[in-house]
Amino acid sequence: MKNIKKIKIRVNGKLSSINDNLSLLNLINHLKIPLKKVAIELNLEIVDKNKLNKINLKNNDKIEIVHFIGGG
Amino acid sequence: MRKDNLIIAKKKFNSRLIVGTGKYKNMNECAKAIKISGAEIVTVAVRRVNISDRNKPLLMDFIDPKKITYLPNTAGCFNSEEALRTLRLAREIGGWKLVKLEVLGDKKNLFPDMIETLKSTEVLTKEGFKVMVYCNDDPLMAKRLENVGACAIMPLAAPIGSGLGIQNTTNIKIIRSQTKLPLIIDAGLGQASDATIAMELGCDGVLANTAIAKAKKPFLMSSAFKDAVIAGRNSYLAGRIEKTLYGNASSPKSGII
Repeated sequence: MKNIKKIKIRVNGKLSSINDNLSLLNLINHLKIPLKKVAIELNLEIVDKNKLNKINLKNNDKIEIVHFIGGG
Repeated sequence: MRKDNLIIAKKKFNSRLIVGTGKYKNMNECAKAIKISGAEIVTVAVRRVNISDRNKPLLMDFIDPKKITYLPNTAGCFNSEEALRTLRLAREIGGWKLVKLEVLGDKKNLFPDMIETLKSTEVLTKEGFKVMVYCNDDPLMAKRLENVGACAIMPLAAPIGSGLGIQNTTNIKIIRSQTKLPLIIDAGLGQASDATIAMELGCDGVLANTAIAKAKKPFLMSSAFKDAVIAGRNSYLAGRIEKTLYGNASSPKSGII
């Protein structure tokens, strides 16, 4: 079996190892994140949610996925 | 009779009570308390999605942002950079431009850092945000916030969550007299009568969270706050009598037997 290269990324502070050939959209879908209810940041830059499939994840990428919770 | 609406950034609201969505036992309790309060604006915080447990209930499933105006806040931010990042993300979630800016300066008393707050207000306004600003009860700072484009001034009554009620009515009155912007008392209220006092001082609205969420009976307190805000507003509009040092009999003196 062919070995797929792995990369390390950090999602919401948590380190994970993923396949090298994934887009940000693949990741969001894999995590089952409801896209309409979140905002996404890649390496401190806000990402346009319509262009997630065009962004390929790279080693050491830092992704933040946020939503609204109760607060005062 | 003209309808007495609360108008913020050209948007009309019937209720003058804004409530927070934090500190409730669960989402159901939160949603029910909001319904009882009649509030049309609720504050919400921006936080990381829990990616390991996605069965956790989502706020948006309990409080419909199409029916209730979400007011994203920057609670927990201690400098301008963090606050700007938070609100830019909030806008990205679904186009929210009306936001509550809150830049704290001290972890213990939770007082706002007004220098960072002022700086952030200016930047956010230039970026097209409508910024409601949590601030000290300082008339000079309130004026400065107005000058850089704040859409509402939100002075604290007392430290956040303290329940102490309005500590400096004089300053609130001065701020009221100097601004036509919506003036909303934010933070530090403990009971419904505190809200009435705020409204009687001429404030346009009040924001309450802990006082309702942490009351022994949150639903009853929610209803009490609703009534208190209406009572205070009506009392303010009705115009109170002059205070006098001595008594002034209510019954006529003529015809006494």
